[in-house]
Amino acid sequence: MAEYVIKPKRPIGLHLKEIWRFRELFLALTVRDMKVRYKQTAIGVLWAVFQPFILMVVFTIFFGRIAQISTNGVPYPIFVYSGLLFWNYFSNALSAASGSMVANQAIIQKIYFPRIILPTASVVVFLLDFIFSSIIFAGLLIYYHVTPNITGLLLLVPMLLITTLTLLGIGLFFSAVNVKYRDVRYVLPFFIQLLLFVTPVIYPATILGEYKWLLYLNPMSGVIDVFRSTFLSLGSISWPLFGSSILVSIIFFLVGLAYFQKTERYFADLI
Amino acid sequence: MDPIIRVEHLGKKYRIKHTQKGYVALRDVVANLFSWRYWFRSSKKEQEDFWALQDVNFEVQKGEVLGIIGANGAGKSTLLKILSSITPPTNGEVHMNGRVISLLEVGTGFHPELTGRENIYLNGAILGMTRKEIEQKFDAIVAFSGVETFLDTPVKRFSSGMQVRLAFAVAAHLEPDILIIDEVLAVGDASFQKKCLGKMEEVTKQDGRTILFVSHNMDAIAKLCQRSLLLDHGKVIADGPTDDVIARYLNNHEQTRAEVTLTPPETLDIAIRSIAIKNDRGALSNRLETGKPFTIEIEYELKKDAHEVYAGVAFIDLKTQISVLDTLDIDQNKDHYPLRKKGMYRSLFTFQENPFNHGRYKLFVHIGSFPATQTTLHLSDGDLTITFVSGETFATDVLDGTRNSTMLLNIPSEIIKIG
Repeated sequence: MAEYVIKPKRPIGLHLKEIWRFRELFLALTVRDMKVRYKQTAIGVLWAVFQPFILMVVFTIFFGRIAQISTNGVPYPIFVYSGLLFWNYFSNALSAASGSMVANQAIIQKIYFPRIILPTASVVVFLLDFIFSSIIFAGLLIYYHVTPNITGLLLLVPMLLITTLTLLGIGLFFSAVNVKYRDVRYVLPFFIQLLLFVTPVIYPATILGEYKWLLYLNPMSGVIDVFRSTFLSLGSISWPLFGSSILVSIIFFLVGLAYFQKTERYFADLI
Repeated sequence: MDPIIRVEHLGKKYRIKHTQKGYVALRDVVANLFSWRYWFRSSKKEQEDFWALQDVNFEVQKGEVLGIIGANGAGKSTLLKILSSITPPTNGEVHMNGRVISLLEVGTGFHPELTGRENIYLNGAILGMTRKEIEQKFDAIVAFSGVETFLDTPVKRFSSGMQVRLAFAVAAHLEPDILIIDEVLAVGDASFQKKCLGKMEEVTKQDGRTILFVSHNMDAIAKLCQRSLLLDHGKVIADGPTDDVIARYLNNHEQTRAEVTLTPPETLDIAIRSIAIKNDRGALSNRLETGKPFTIEIEYELKKDAHEVYAGVAFIDLKTQISVLDTLDIDQNKDHYPLRKKGMYRSLFTFQENPFNHGRYKLFVHIGSFPATQTTLHLSDGDLTITFVSGETFATDVLDGTRNSTMLLNIPSEIIKIG
């Protein structure tokens, strides 16, 4: 094996080669998270399904029945679930990624590996949750006799990618900040809750009217609105919104990554 | 031949903030933005630089087993953390020629919910083994750990001894070019420690394995390493044959104090005030002769009336870190068992028959009260040492660190109320 040098400074970059060398650790941590998640909770897999389902029921009662939010003829449960599908993945994975450094501080202090493995590995388990809650979605579609649009189905993958990039960007940033400032974990749930209300999950994007430009700043708005309107045949794909989602999510990711990389070498000293 | 590790002018600086209380809160940072002090007062006074390592230079050849010794805070762990890439140096460079695996703790990343089998894979991966390697060595790991029957039980149901055994078994089967080990032998019971030491000796003899080994256990260092470094306040002050370096270390830490006064925290209801060691003529001394009587005097304060108060002394062999004797005053003074009034007390241990072999021992004094639900405890920090030098008479029952268990002896003692 070639000689390598430990120096005070290290060139900025993704160090993909090094990350690849640690792929087995990434896998082992992912497997750990999955096993622990489905072992600890008595109801196991059901938990992944339960959360969005109950939210859907509550939102349907309050926003669908009582507030009578207009959904262009789509049954409200279907409407809100199509948004919750992504939203739940986003919010759960974001909290896990943000807390990943502190949750694994024992390992960070004793073992070296590219730190970025921790937040990324913690996200994977929620992709599994996403699959389970998609199955429930399929059940709902059948129950309400809604025929989805095939183009919309194809959009699932790119939308998941955008969501993942966005949450990784924010998650990397918060996980690094959390190492130094431990009260971030009290701020984060509040922040995520706020985001839920500025993202068109429970209401249609059309409700925004002249404030529609706000959608372009939040990649999750693009994800949910574009997916929903296509999948449920509510309109055609809004390319500008789709494009801005991709662009903004990449910016989020790069900013989060840059901050993470700038601070990661000192995690063991600070944590 | 080129050295496998070359350390050049290595330094590590930590910044200590004097105002810092535990963790920095984001809340405080935000609040600071609104305070004039933050903007106008120079913050230089509030922080201080601390060099954990300074200008460290050494080379290690392939196949060498290097011991690193030094007092607590000498920079041993910082050095290992830099060599393991866990933390970056402030200046200097390290050149390494091979795959490095560091074992700074036994059982890093063990998850209590996962089974023994799952944890072997997880811990192996964390330590840098590939899945293939773990699969190849799985049976050997299980056999070494001796927990076969519990492989599919969650680790949280393991006793702590079993957890340590399993963790060490994984670590013992690492096969890197360079292995960095920090104080991992200080775990488990004596027989398991022996087994680990045996395994370590075996590993060091396999050719081509380079090992850096930190320990407070001088016996282990002497057994495993031909060459050692002595660190003191972040600098290498000795580098050479292990026996010479250990001798130098022990001499540096020779202490002549035979008396210590403590300033215990105000919150303690039971607090040690002073400890004194006296020889057979009643003079203060920590250099005693084997076979001759000596006494240990402890003065302590009860701030409240308390039940079942005891004072105890324990001796730890400095070479092996094994506790060889532990005794309580209460065993000989049963009438003090019930409620004791608040005040100052003195407990006097008289070692009429000195059971120690020659050697150097750390003295720990602990006092507490018994009702287990409301135990208060105060422990001296063990900076008193006693040296026994061979005298004219010899003890019949000789104690030293080669014994693997603590002797619980009833040493004659008395308790006197002095205020």
